[in-house]
Amino acid sequence: MSLTPEEVKKIAFLARLAIKEESIEQYSEDLSGILHLVDQMDAANVEDIEPMAHPQDAMQRLRKDEVTEINQREKLMENAPATENGLFLVPKVLD
Amino acid sequence: MDNQMINKSLAELSVGLQSGKFSSVELTQFYLDRIASHDSELNAFITVTAEQALATAKTADEKIASGSASGLTGIPLAHKDIFCTDGVKTSAGSKMLDNFIAPYNATVVEKLKSISMPMLGKTNMDEFAMGSSNENSYYGAVKNPWDLDRVPGGSSGGSAAAVAAKLAPIATGTDTGGSIRQPASLTGITGIKPTYGRVSRFGMIAYASSLDQGGVFASSAADSALLLEAMSGFDAKDSTSVDIPVPDFSTTLNDSLKGLKIGLPKEYFEEGLNSEVAKVIEAAIEEYKKLGAEIVEVSLPNTHLAIPAYYVIAPAEASSNLSRFDGVRYGYRCEDPVDLTDMYMRSRGDAFGREVKRRIMTGTYALSAGYYDAYYLKAQKIRRLISEDFQKVFEKVDVIMGPVAPETAFKIGEKSDDPISMYLSDIYTIALNLAGLPGMSVPAGFANNMPVGLQIIGNAFTEGKMLNVAHQYQQATDWHKQTPSKYAVSEGEK
Repeated sequence: MSLTPEEVKKIAFLARLAIKEESIEQYSEDLSGILHLVDQMDAANVEDIEPMAHPQDAMQRLRKDEVTEINQREKLMENAPATENGLFLVPKVLD
Repeated sequence: MDNQMINKSLAELSVGLQSGKFSSVELTQFYLDRIASHDSELNAFITVTAEQALATAKTADEKIASGSASGLTGIPLAHKDIFCTDGVKTSAGSKMLDNFIAPYNATVVEKLKSISMPMLGKTNMDEFAMGSSNENSYYGAVKNPWDLDRVPGGSSGGSAAAVAAKLAPIATGTDTGGSIRQPASLTGITGIKPTYGRVSRFGMIAYASSLDQGGVFASSAADSALLLEAMSGFDAKDSTSVDIPVPDFSTTLNDSLKGLKIGLPKEYFEEGLNSEVAKVIEAAIEEYKKLGAEIVEVSLPNTHLAIPAYYVIAPAEASSNLSRFDGVRYGYRCEDPVDLTDMYMRSRGDAFGREVKRRIMTGTYALSAGYYDAYYLKAQKIRRLISEDFQKVFEKVDVIMGPVAPETAFKIGEKSDDPISMYLSDIYTIALNLAGLPGMSVPAGFANNMPVGLQIIGNAFTEGKMLNVAHQYQQATDWHKQTPSKYAVSEGEK
């Protein structure tokens, strides 16, 4: 499987990654190389094999729906690039 | 403070502290001084936390004086910069988190802080733990203390270099595809990645959540046993933490290896393995025979599928995990975004390095509409085949052994433009992460003057047995006591 520069652009958009025009060719080459490596999976016969999502095949643990965290709003927001009145600021979403 | 300090085991340091021979403040300052003298050339640390370390050391000395200390109290350590540390920059080796001050402690950090182990600093790493050479760090490559032109391995290269050069008595790391074992092998120290679920992932910045596991870099198996025990255990804050008791790993270190069955997978000794490295591994196996072990040839027939399956599963999980870096709540935001999409795209495009972008895109592609069955589902099925291979072998043997890496440390820059060749260097380590099994690297000798690690693989939750197997070898050999001459202090020297 190879990826064309057009496909790379599409994937980069899906992943929300700005890629410089001059780097697209290199990514197309690199990603095609990775997919080529991954294509070695084709040699495996996996018919009737259950997929394995977790090493111990454990199920998601449930807990009681209780408050366990204290409110640290101010401390947590100190890392935000832009805030106002306890809210995260982002560029305008609606006109 | 006596320079011989760097040759002492954790148990010996503990005795020194408890008996009042030296204080934790003195010991901590001694290591901070070593970091100050040597780290400019090694680049093992991203952040040195001298003030905090000395404050914790003072608390440790008070605890020791009042008799409320545990065995590790007062012994300084370094944390990989992937563990969140309250009030201290936690970068994961990325420009994305260059300005991130963690607002809480990872469970591992909290546990070791609660017994007053001073944190010397945060160690360098491949960005978001993606890499096998530590060249993918925003903060620059880490140098191998055995040869400054060579890589220390990755992704936990900073922790490995710090312990190998004795800039820290012990350090934490994480291992998603080999990131503890491979750097331990390349720098000639002992490293252990425990069973998936043994060590809490809470506060450990996620790369591939079903594979990530925290562990230890140390100078010996005995030292590893002490720290691993202190950082292990069930944690309700980690949804995949496993609720089983943590044994006292130190009590079984001296068990005899008579009758131990060691499996040697033939796939780990085929073409691709450097012949000098193979000789070192074979010599180590001979040593185990002398210790009474029995050798059994075994097969892990799906070994060749581990790397292809890993490069679907890990990037898929990474593309999901790293979607949290959006420039809104924390981390880097681009200048003057015109709208939301522009902000996401340029923030992520500017702040993620090339390898991280490659993996996010690979994962995004594998998970995109129409490709899920061909890639992700298939990789998960192969994952089960690989896990079953190991379980069949463990019906016949107690541990599996082989090389950690096909070759010794390579030159900085040698593979940095060739991602595939870099990926292939993880051939012997990746399968364990897919199966969730514990693995160790134990120094076993040198090939072309660079260290070689022997890999010990155990079944799930048999870390005690593995540490015993490693410790007995270290009682019979002194490969683990070799230190690069530049950083060594010989006996009798002050």
